[in-house]
Amino acid sequence: MTLAEKILAGHCGRDNVKAGDMVMAKVDMVLGTDVTVPLSVEVFRNMGAERVFDPEKIALVNDHFVPAKDIKAAALSKIMREFAREQGITNYFEVGRSGICHSILPDNGLVRPGDLVVGADSHTCTYGALGAFSTGIGSTDLACAWAIGELWFRVPETTRVVVTGKFQPLVGAKDLILHIIGELGVDGALYQALEFTGEAFRHISMDGRFTVANMAIEAGAKTGLIPPDDVTREFMAQFPDRKGLYLESDPDAEFSRVLDVSLDRLEPLVAAPYLPSNVSPVTEVRGQKVDQVVIGSCTNGRLDDFRAAAAVMGERPVHPDVRLIMIPTTPKLMRALLEERLIDRFVAAGAIISPPTCGPCIGGHMGVLAAGEVGLYTTNRNFKGRNGHPDCRVFLSGPEVAAATAVTGRITDPRELI
Amino acid sequence: MAGDTLRGRVFKYGDSVDTDVIIPARYCTGYHPEELAPHCLEDLDATFAERVHPGDIIVAGNNFGCGSSRENAPIAIKGAGISCVIAKSFARIFFRNSINIGLPILIAPEAVEGIEDGDEIEVDPSRGIISNLSRSGSWRAALLPPEVQEIIEVGGLVEYVRTRLSR
Ligand code: SF4
Repeated sequence: MTLAEKILAGHCGRDNVKAGDMVMAKVDMVLGTDVTVPLSVEVFRNMGAERVFDPEKIALVNDHFVPAKDIKAAALSKIMREFAREQGITNYFEVGRSGICHSILPDNGLVRPGDLVVGADSHTCTYGALGAFSTGIGSTDLACAWAIGELWFRVPETTRVVVTGKFQPLVGAKDLILHIIGELGVDGALYQALEFTGEAFRHISMDGRFTVANMAIEAGAKTGLIPPDDVTREFMAQFPDRKGLYLESDPDAEFSRVLDVSLDRLEPLVAAPYLPSNVSPVTEVRGQKVDQVVIGSCTNGRLDDFRAAAAVMGERPVHPDVRLIMIPTTPKLMRALLEERLIDRFVAAGAIISPPTCGPCIGGHMGVLAAGEVGLYTTNRNFKGRNGHPDCRVFLSGPEVAAATAVTGRITDPRELI
Repeated sequence: MAGDTLRGRVFKYGDSVDTDVIIPARYCTGYHPEELAPHCLEDLDATFAERVHPGDIIVAGNNFGCGSSRENAPIAIKGAGISCVIAKSFARIFFRNSINIGLPILIAPEAVEGIEDGDEIEVDPSRGIISNLSRSGSWRAALLPPEVQEIIEVGGLVEYVRTRLSR
């Protein structure tokens, strides 16, 4: 069996499942956010449900429109807060202790290798970085999972991506996943699991792995799994009571496709509007003027990302025509950045530090783009209208290209600055 | 999805119509059909909401509904009066959400090729039969897996869970 098949089999009480099977499987963690939970609460009541299946296996995270951007957003959080109280949900994350859901859950040890996790957010696939089968669902599915602790799944085929070699300087995990999406296309892994494996992962940190797994959905995949290993063990050592299952695909497992990627010649990449698969080397779009740079999101808003940005920026100030918005994903990370004095450096350079929120990633608040404006973001999607006015345009990149662009005002190859 | 034949005028779009154009996040502080429908597809086709009539049908290319998990997307489409979406393929969360809220969706690549914007078509969603009334052509959509059919037949996921809880 593949890793994906093993995890699903284990959660529906069968020894064996194969791609194409439909199963009802028990879930270990169920995530909802301020945008998706209110509708689920309504559906939960309509189902005639009174109590959630297990108040400890549910996480409710304030992230998309918080601190409340307007009265309607405030009402959304209020519904979620009241539901958390009513149901005694222990993993409710209030503003100030909350952050972007896909960082908050791992930060709190809420996902273990081998778990089956569902979340009413499409980037729930991020926890595949820990070797968990995790996938996005909608609000009705979320209500169902709350009520009965189970959901229907079609066991997916697996496309395996085998990664070898080592990153060149100023090239990172975002470039790897952009390259893969460029190769597969936005529907290249539709209904499938992506499995990212190969010796290169020995040198890819947990932060980098989250970046890779996060964007599996951008190739249409249901989940993006990285087989757990020593890097995973080291991360999980922070949570001694949370053991987990360290599984991998069998040597005779069947894959629908195998894609080989070498890091040795990978360059800094950029995805141009309006698709994350619109990928080219940064050298092909260099010189494009930008109005705003965002470093943050569940894709690239972690410690490694801010360190990489700081290294590229050096002592340079933010370009006078650019707004640089930086969004650490969690309060824990905010403190780490304070300790390393990185916040101080970024603010001195002219950046603004946002509280942990999705904000500009979905054009919600904290940096929405006007008509005609151009952004360069470390986020995961650049669909038309996502980041503001339908006539704004956003390029996607890793933190190195973003930092270089913030100081020059034009899309810049970071290798030119260092 | 079982039941009547649907008949409507076609709004045709291309590949990868994403959830951000179906219903932009700026409207996702609401989640009821009447709040969402007036903004459905507004960043892709600014006049869609004015032109759509109850019963009309969306026909599109590959990967329809890619992007966010927001159920607001199929709710907006259904709320706008669209009776059914036919595409070459669907993004999986959108596919699930549509089944769960009872928006009929059909996977039929050949039909998409044979239908133009503005055509009048007839669809029998339970049998998966699609006929073009404006020009000749009739097609059969891919059948959904039986387990999915079962959820549809009990009236969607909400009914399924309600039945299980009352046992
Ligand atoms: S940061 Fe962006 S992609 Fe990630 S959960 Fe928030 S809105 Fe979604």
